Amino acid sequence: MSEDSKSKWGMVIDEDLCTGCQACVTACAMENNIPFVGEQDAAYGRGMHWIQVQRFWEGEALEVSTSFQPVMCQQCGSAPCEPVCPVYASVHSEAQQVNSQIYNRCVGTRYCANNCPYQMRVFNWRDYELPDPLNNQLNPSVTVRRRGIMEKCTFCIQRIISAEDRAKSEGRDVTDGEVVPACAQACPADAITFGRLDDPESRVSKLAKSGRGVQLLEELGTHPKVTYLKGGSR
Amino acid sequence: MTTAAKSESHIHEEHEDLREHLMLDPKPRGEMNAMVMEAMHTTSWKFKLTAAFLGLVVAVCLFGAWGYLILEGMGVAGVNRPSYWGIFLVNTVFWIGISHAGTFVSALLRVFKAEFRRPFTRAAELMTTFGLVQAGLSIFFHMGRVWLSYWLFPYPNERGLWPNFHSPLSWDFLAINTYLLASTMYLFLPLIPDLAMARDRSTGWRKTLYRILSLGFRGTEGEWAHLRTAMNIFAFAILPVMFSVHTIVSWDFAAATRPGWSSTIFGPYFVVGALHSGIAAVAMVLVVVRATMKNMKYFIRKEHFDALGKLMLIVSMGWAYFFFNDYMVQWYGGDKWTDALLHFHEAGPLGWMWMLMLVFNVAVPWLTLWSRKIRTTPGLLFAIGLLINVGMWFERYVIIPISLTINRMPFSWREYKPGVEIFLGIGTLAFFILLYMIASKVIPLVPVWEVQEGQMAHSLRKFGKARVPTVSEIE
Repeated sequence: MSEDSKSKWGMVIDEDLCTGCQACVTACAMENNIPFVGEQDAAYGRGMHWIQVQRFWEGEALEVSTSFQPVMCQQCGSAPCEPVCPVYASVHSEAQQVNSQIYNRCVGTRYCANNCPYQMRVFNWRDYELPDPLNNQLNPSVTVRRRGIMEKCTFCIQRIISAEDRAKSEGRDVTDGEVVPACAQACPADAITFGRLDDPESRVSKLAKSGRGVQLLEELGTHPKVTYLKGGSR
Repeated sequence: MTTAAKSESHIHEEHEDLREHLMLDPKPRGEMNAMVMEAMHTTSWKFKLTAAFLGLVVAVCLFGAWGYLILEGMGVAGVNRPSYWGIFLVNTVFWIGISHAGTFVSALLRVFKAEFRRPFTRAAELMTTFGLVQAGLSIFFHMGRVWLSYWLFPYPNERGLWPNFHSPLSWDFLAINTYLLASTMYLFLPLIPDLAMARDRSTGWRKTLYRILSLGFRGTEGEWAHLRTAMNIFAFAILPVMFSVHTIVSWDFAAATRPGWSSTIFGPYFVVGALHSGIAAVAMVLVVVRATMKNMKYFIRKEHFDALGKLMLIVSMGWAYFFFNDYMVQWYGGDKWTDALLHFHEAGPLGWMWMLMLVFNVAVPWLTLWSRKIRTTPGLLFAIGLLINVGMWFERYVIIPISLTINRMPFSWREYKPGVEIFLGIGTLAFFILLYMIASKVIPLVPVWEVQEGQMAHSLRKFGKARVPTVSEIE
């Protein structure tokens, strides 16, 4: 197994189950202290959601079919964002095998975002204040970012680490399904599955190998940790 | 000297047209020195008014707008997702391009002993230094947290971190710093004899300034020998630096995994593009200097515009070649995202910019600069130079924000509309002109000793009835 295709945590998203309800987007914003940028900035492409439900239409008017594709950072094994950062703000986490953004190191060159083929990095264009009473629900386990910093989906690393800590203190391994990121927790259709890819018995491993799985822009060789399931029910 | 005086009288009688050449139209040293000193000392009310206006523009558009940008965040600029890079980096590439002309005109023409370079090497070298200042500033404007920009320096720090040398931005940072240092030293070396000349002819604060800067140069044989050696080393050494800088700037794009950017020919394409805008800018500056500064009509002549016009034409052909080469291979490759991007370049909402880029960079120089009459008319050459620079700015705009609009995730395609970048761009232009104006009054803008040296080396020899200009080797 090459260095790039090493994996630990991974995700499977069933596009056939996704209804495009955006619950994952909301839950992610709540969990990760993602600010509201306001209508104007959001319309101009500055929305800061770490997960985006991308809509695709097929066919001519009146006979249009819509498909939804929730996309977040694909946590590439060979991530194009990592080598281009001049200050090591975008680095690979060996312990979790995910791509981490170190907010404190970021100087805001935005090269990583340009080089991300999935366009899934978001930038703090301004200092955003959460309006009252939302400022009371900030998650204490997640850093609040200020202007000029790049950020992106972390696979809810705070939940992964707390589960790992709990398991360690109880002297056991993390069980399958113990770590649930906010998007998966909120999904009413249960389209998002999360777990250990290096455990062949986990739900996520089995789904990823079910034959319906595709990875986004696979041809680029980025080794993403997210697999999309498609074409089963239609 | 007697032969020179003799040939001078001959020129008067028989070959009036040969005196059009600066090298064959010598003046006594004292007179020439006085002319340069006078040009440096004379400031008209128009000059002061322009400088005051530019100072105001710099204060408001550059420092004012930059302060606003730092306090508010990048949101006041036009950058968005997916155009994370905008006009700031367009301007960076543009100013680095401008800065290439100085080294090219000065070092390359010096290495090849092109005689027409002599009166304006310094005017070009100043563009290198001041252009790089604007390029550096534009990078700082671009950074989200500019107050931490010193983290790009490889210095021992408490975080135990070096810069990431995998990143083209780190290479870029080092390359631009190297170029700035090297070009400033290269500007300074040939300046020493002229500063010594100015020191001997000034009083007051100028005397003090020139005494310090001329490093006690007295013009002994030994000093000249050392100076020549140093200049020779620098002229050869700075050329690879010049080529490397813009190649590395192009790698910021070429090393990325983006349709339209990952092109192996970007290195030389960018270098030629830099020379294209840079030489055109040298021509523009010379037209302005000649028209506004005293005694400059003696030093900068039709022959110089003629030579620069020819260079502009050749470089324009080079640019067209690389553009076609880049376009052809990208189009032939048939990658669907690249196809979408190329279509967007030509037929998108800013397709007019792509078209004008070709008109200004190729059609205008090719249709005009073949004519000696157009090349030697300063006003026309200025206009052509301006169009080429606008065209080259468009080229960078097409490569950066327009190309960023199209990527592999169609859901995030979105256009870029500039915000505060426009003010900061105007601010850097004003700052460049202001620095240049101040420099023209503080240091001798014409390398007098180089002109005198050239004039000494040139003479007219008689072959039968014809008089032929000859150049002797000095070094």
